[in-house]
Amino acid sequence: MSNGDRDGLIVEGIRRLGSVVIFLARLLAQCAPALGRPWLLVHQVYNAGARSLIIIMLSGLFVGMVLGLQGYDLLHRFGSVEALGSAAALGLLKELAPVMTALLFAGRAGTALTSEIGLMRATDQLTAMEIMAVDPMRYVAAPRFLGGVIAMPLLTAIFSVVGLYGAQLIGVQLMGVDRGVFWSQMQDSVELRNVTEGVVKSLVFGTACSLIAVHEGYNAAPTAEGVALATTRTVVASSVLTLLLDYVLTATFL
Amino acid sequence: MRGVHYALGGRPIFSDLDVQVRRGRITAIMGPSGTGKTTLLKLITAQVPPDQGELRVFGQELATLGRREVYALRRRMGMLFQNGALLTDMDVFENVAFPVREHTDLPETLIRKLVLTKLQAVGLRGAAALMPAELSGGMARRVALARAIVMDPEVLMYDEPFVGLDPISLGVILRLIKHMNGALGITSIVVSHDVQELATIADDSYLISGGRVAASGTPAQLRASDSPAVRQFMTGGAEGPVPFHYPAPDYATQLLVAED
Repeated sequence: MSNGDRDGLIVEGIRRLGSVVIFLARLLAQCAPALGRPWLLVHQVYNAGARSLIIIMLSGLFVGMVLGLQGYDLLHRFGSVEALGSAAALGLLKELAPVMTALLFAGRAGTALTSEIGLMRATDQLTAMEIMAVDPMRYVAAPRFLGGVIAMPLLTAIFSVVGLYGAQLIGVQLMGVDRGVFWSQMQDSVELRNVTEGVVKSLVFGTACSLIAVHEGYNAAPTAEGVALATTRTVVASSVLTLLLDYVLTATFL
Repeated sequence: MRGVHYALGGRPIFSDLDVQVRRGRITAIMGPSGTGKTTLLKLITAQVPPDQGELRVFGQELATLGRREVYALRRRMGMLFQNGALLTDMDVFENVAFPVREHTDLPETLIRKLVLTKLQAVGLRGAAALMPAELSGGMARRVALARAIVMDPEVLMYDEPFVGLDPISLGVILRLIKHMNGALGITSIVVSHDVQELATIADDSYLISGGRVAASGTPAQLRASDSPAVRQFMTGGAEGPVPFHYPAPDYATQLLVAED
């Protein structure tokens, strides 16, 4: 790679970052007016949240079951299967639920947001709104962004609950860990700040994933290829950013 | 619009363009494809700023307006897009009601009457419950027209309103444009390359070519023009000042040369 190529890539990277930051500022400015139309917001929470419920619950169940199985196997070697409840709860609340939910959200709701807004751009619907003196940032982008930010913590909470049920299903019902020990150990070891960590993470991931999805859709090239590219970029960027932010947040909370 | 320059990606679209649209009349903007007729509408609606020159709408210089003022100005305009640009997640009724709901606090009964009146004007009151995907191209354009006039704009812009329509739909749209202008006194700007259709309704017309106004006047004056560029466009000749061939290297050389 020549110096020129590298410089071009760096400049392009900074330009994109700048465009996302400016977009975020415009988006935040439109969030208050968007709250004045609760029905639009409810519709978007439904779209991003309720419609992702099945995939989130199914994945939560399986992740919990695997956690129960692996956790039991590992703890059994050290003769401390009683700790399975705490291990599953802490693993899910702090780490697995926020991250897995964000990754699934990017694939399920993020792609839908990007392609929907991208197609609205491609078919002149956004321009038509601008000509009708309706700011598409306020009418289209802000409610979808807020809907995602609100939906993510809710989905994460559901993921955690279903995951715990899955871990309990395997640990207690199948492997025979004592039910009382499982739940009381969990109660003893989980503190409020562990729950807070999960909630903060899900809020940050929700903001990042929704921002990327809406930004990519809004700025998609108005062609079939452009929308496809934007959708791909949404998944890739959301996933990578989620994992990166997860490390940063984990380090902050320790 | 006076002395407007506009370049896109380094390629100049307009250089020193002068166009004047008079109140209450139908002004036709004609020109071959790719001369930036649609860009002209983008300039008028302040979607893109001109690089140079003066652009006044309703007597206000666009360059001096802030975002809020531009939006206030746009409320006095309506625009009909080539593909209709209806919002695909609402039915026809809600599409037409959309600007009203966004800009006013009118009671539901009044909105209903207003929307039905406008749909009646374009002959699609019966289609109020259909979704945009269920409409034909001509119907979608008529719904979009109802939406464009629902706020009673002073200026209505039509972007290629005749493209891809069957003769019946085309006649309907032509009659509607004339009617909107005559009955409602709306100033109309019609951008198109369909010379014959435009000639029947336009009061004034501009022929744009090579980034500037090649000719202007009434359609009859344009037809009588002896400028070769105007004649070629008005009669549809393949050869003339506007070449049939896009600039290319020599034909024979390109065919004979081995691919590398």
